[in-house]
Amino acid sequence: MVVRWIAERAVKWVLIALAFSALASLLLIAVFIFKEGVPFIVRVGLKDFLLSSEWDPQAGRFGVFAMIVASLCVTFGAMIVGAPLGVAGAIFLNEFVSRRITRIVKPAIELLAGIPSVVYGFIGVVAVAPLIREHLGGPGLSLLCASLILGVMVLPTIMSVAADAISSVPNSYREGALALGATRWQSVRMVILKAARSGIVAGVILGLGRAVGETMAVIMVAGNTVQVPGSVLDPVRTLTTNIALEMGHATGLHRQALFATGVVLFVVIMILNALTMAAMKRGHAGK
Amino acid sequence: MNADVKIEVRNLDVFIGNTRALRGVTIDVPARSILGIIGPAGSGKTVFLRTLNRLNDLTRGFRATGRVLLDGADILAPGADVVGIRKRVGMLFALPVPLPMSIFDNVAFGPRLAGTRSRRTLRQIVESSLKAAFLWEEVKDRLNTSSLRLSGGQQQRLCLARVLAMEPEVILLDEPCSGLDPVSTARIEEALAELKARYTIILVTNNTKQAARVACNTAFFLMGELVEVGPTSKIFISPSDPRTNDYVIGKFG
Repeated sequence: MVVRWIAERAVKWVLIALAFSALASLLLIAVFIFKEGVPFIVRVGLKDFLLSSEWDPQAGRFGVFAMIVASLCVTFGAMIVGAPLGVAGAIFLNEFVSRRITRIVKPAIELLAGIPSVVYGFIGVVAVAPLIREHLGGPGLSLLCASLILGVMVLPTIMSVAADAISSVPNSYREGALALGATRWQSVRMVILKAARSGIVAGVILGLGRAVGETMAVIMVAGNTVQVPGSVLDPVRTLTTNIALEMGHATGLHRQALFATGVVLFVVIMILNALTMAAMKRGHAGK
Repeated sequence: MNADVKIEVRNLDVFIGNTRALRGVTIDVPARSILGIIGPAGSGKTVFLRTLNRLNDLTRGFRATGRVLLDGADILAPGADVVGIRKRVGMLFALPVPLPMSIFDNVAFGPRLAGTRSRRTLRQIVESSLKAAFLWEEVKDRLNTSSLRLSGGQQQRLCLARVLAMEPEVILLDEPCSGLDPVSTARIEEALAELKARYTIILVTNNTKQAARVACNTAFFLMGELVEVGPTSKIFISPSDPRTNDYVIGKFG
């Protein structure tokens, strides 16, 4: 009996330790970035750092405003492309085609998630950017190009989470709505999307997280000019790409500035997450 | 065609996959009365019911031959307007299926589909439907709360109100009281007794006593076959088929 009691106890503590190790690594990362970045922000001044668009490390100018705007624009653009496609695809696969087709199409789309981001970037450079340059003008490597590529990249995430949410809506809801004389589309719009809403929002949040953090593909297709974009055809540099582009050769104050960029990225992601969580809660309260 | 017959079923065979779920069912459903359908599990009662509003279309492997005439028009015909049929033939399920929205929106669902937009008209429809389903007094002060907060019995009456709000001609009930307590069951039966003056009602039930209490006519299904149909008193007191007799006196099933 005593041995069993000890074993139970031991398992419990091991599991607790494992659960907290994930939390601990998150904490360590946060502490590390903040420790390196915050002194820099204090030194330069929060206002000059956040609200200036001048980024010229050689001249000692470190303003990240343009990159914050660029990150938000690229993410938002990616969601405009990816979210409607992902949700529509999820509805289509669950409600409008035979299960046989779903079994072929869904894994294929999920496979998209496994393609390395560098390959997406490559496709953006050789296929999408020239199209934009020829038909819409501008340099091609641009906010628009990054949004399109990222939109396709987040598509499988959004779609597979949304599809799971929709397929877990009880069949009785479908029958209930149809028995009341709803058409297929009416039952989807008025009942199924409502019932699956929280899962669909979760999928969009996951996609959002992926879009904010994506670096490699964005470096290749966004053009990387530090500027507040005036149109979707302008090249931009995001927070993530700024760090990746310059970390290799940065020293001293410049290096600290990149850590501070990381702090900003951290905070931006936290705010986006909080906003979407709040939106989700409000959706629930209406139920 | 007899003017008082709402639905004529002729030689209805139903297959689901390779299983023959109904065998040559021929029956007349009289208008403005309650037809009770009894029979053991797996006898095809529910399949029969779901054929009458084409809900079986959703079942994979479903195939039907024969004719089902609703006011003389074949609802199994290839060009039949399925959505229109479902608006005329309402259905109540064994488990209450309140949709994830407010009480008001649940009842207003059908009228809204039909294109009713006026808030005032909708309110009138909701009130009269809830009254007809004997639910109004219990929910009139909280029409905007979620329908999922109601008790099981209330949910089932809500579903009945929702069907009534569509102003159907026929109401199909698939064991509507199987999950309910005796008091809620009595409420539903009370509502049915009043509704039969205006609607054609088909009630599938596993509870033979319920059929005896509320049905005007009763049909007995066994293994996909319609064994016997007739006035309820005859079915329960002097059935012509020995199998019916065995079932209603509780020898099997």
